[in-house]
Amino acid sequence: MTDPLVRAVNVRKSFGDLEVLRGINLEIDRGEVVCVLGPSGSGKSTFLRCINHLDRIDSGEIWVDGHLIGYRRAHGKTYELRPHEIAAQRRGIGMVFQKFNLFPHRTALENITEAPIFVKRQGKARAEARAHELLERVNLGDRADFYPAQLSGGQQQRVAIARALALDPTLMLFDEPTSALDPELVGEVLDTMKDLARDGMTMIVVTHEIGFAREVADRVVFMDGGVVVEQGPPRQVLDDPQHPRTRGFLAKVI
Amino acid sequence: MTVPPASTRATSTQATANEQPVDGGRIIPVRHPGQWIGVAAILVAAALFVQFLVTNEKLRLDLVAGYLFERSVMRGLLLTLELTVVAMVLGIVLGTLLAIMRLSGNRVLSFVASGYIWFFRGTPILVQLLFWFFLGSILPMINLGIPFGPTFVEIPTNVLISQFTAAILGLGLNEAAYMAEIIRAGIKSVDPGQSEAAEAVGMGRMLAYRRIILPQASRVVLPPIANNTISMLKLSSLVIVVGLPELLTAVQLIYSRNFQQIPLLIVASIWYLLLTTILTIIQVRIERRLDRSVTGPRPAIRVAERQGTPS
Ligand SMILES: Nc1ncnc2c1ncn2[C@@H]1O[C@H](COP(=O)(O)OP(=O)(O)OP(=O)(O)O)[C@@H](O)[C@H]1O
Ligand SMILES: [Mg+2]
Repeated sequence: MTDPLVRAVNVRKSFGDLEVLRGINLEIDRGEVVCVLGPSGSGKSTFLRCINHLDRIDSGEIWVDGHLIGYRRAHGKTYELRPHEIAAQRRGIGMVFQKFNLFPHRTALENITEAPIFVKRQGKARAEARAHELLERVNLGDRADFYPAQLSGGQQQRVAIARALALDPTLMLFDEPTSALDPELVGEVLDTMKDLARDGMTMIVVTHEIGFAREVADRVVFMDGGVVVEQGPPRQVLDDPQHPRTRGFLAKVI
Repeated sequence: MTVPPASTRATSTQATANEQPVDGGRIIPVRHPGQWIGVAAILVAAALFVQFLVTNEKLRLDLVAGYLFERSVMRGLLLTLELTVVAMVLGIVLGTLLAIMRLSGNRVLSFVASGYIWFFRGTPILVQLLFWFFLGSILPMINLGIPFGPTFVEIPTNVLISQFTAAILGLGLNEAAYMAEIIRAGIKSVDPGQSEAAEAVGMGRMLAYRRIILPQASRVVLPPIANNTISMLKLSSLVIVVGLPELLTAVQLIYSRNFQQIPLLIVASIWYLLLTTILTIIQVRIERRLDRSVTGPRPAIRVAERQGTPS
């Protein structure tokens, strides 16, 4: 397929008087890993949340895998989707949060099987077999019965990644997945994400980990003030930024 | 005040730091002599109270024993239990619904729920009980059918709403209003990140409530719910206004005949205390279960088991 997996066209979003996204245009191909950098408040999280409709956009459009997110076009009009239709769209998009947001009352295994069993209505045995595979994949095969409170931050985030993978998403969104972690735990989460990238997953990663972006990203996108200021291969954007705002930001981070 | 010169202070600290423990480093915990004085005072008071109970002829402990299992007392006890259980179940179910409606973001649902809570918390429960009981006098027939259209079924109100139904409606609908606010507080105590995570894995609103939010809220709302349940045990004595003799009324009827108020009130109190004890035990058990995920023991790391399971 040559169609981009994600296509954002002139996406705008305001919170009250504050316009956070001022016309984002971005296309992401299948299998591509895109790292989004930018100063605090530039709208990175908001953009990510718009992609799976946790925040609704004010204008523009976002397409994922051929579906217009949150809306339906018919006879030249745009209709808002019903909640269960939006829920169905979200199943194709995995999301990993900065603060993990694991379900604290469920074990690692149950966190992963929750959606397959209750959303996709898979059988319990099948969902659990798959969950064990996923735990194995994030190197936590021996922690299935642990509750989140009994796991380290890095382990929790890896369970969260496994949970997002359980619905076989075509796209994974990461919002600063390592920002809440102690420095020595960052590596294990980044390694898991590298594995995922190597397996061909399409990923959008908001991060401040320049090293990760340099090593793993196919493309780096720099956002500021609610627009994409500059984008390109990591070498180009990170080592030879063209825009003064990118230069200013990188000078502070590196 | 004389302050020792800096050099002296430094030396003395060092001396303490270097001092070797004589008994192998055993740590002596802080003593609490006040506790022992308190225990002694409580024991004396308890002894005095027991002496009062045993030696006081007027208490008629023989009557207490005799009436404890008396038939009408037993019937009253059963009724108290039934009313409490059914009213609380109704209160919790309806209260949860009202809390979700209030938080739904849908103006109409939220308004209806607020109106309900305002009305049922704002009017005396006695009035509510009597209202359901006398509903038949203002609305003799209850019709099922299309509003302003044909009627399919018509039932006399007094048949539909028995004494027991009126009592349940009065107690349960009132309880729901209070319960709604308790449960709303519980829901709001759950991290908003939880419903986002639930939505992100494709859960709908109701599923997220059922599987993710309410189970977490239940840890917070359990103590106040237990409170209200214990309170309902005693509140249910109000149903005498619709002619139902539960526990307290049953003993009142007896002492209005034999004038042995104190022994019979002791009978009722013994049963109330017993029920409260049972409820408290149930509460502790549920609480321990709900806390399992936070304070529970770490499970065994399961490596061996994984190798045994077919994949
Ligand atoms: N729900 C909301 N209501 C009002 N304002 C919001 C809301 N969410 C975000 N904002 C505002 O939108 C702006 C962009 O927020 P966003 O979280 O997208 O930034 P970010 O680029 O992710 O920053 P950071 O690196 O700090 O996470 C901020 O000024 C923020 O205060
Ligand atoms: Mg952010």
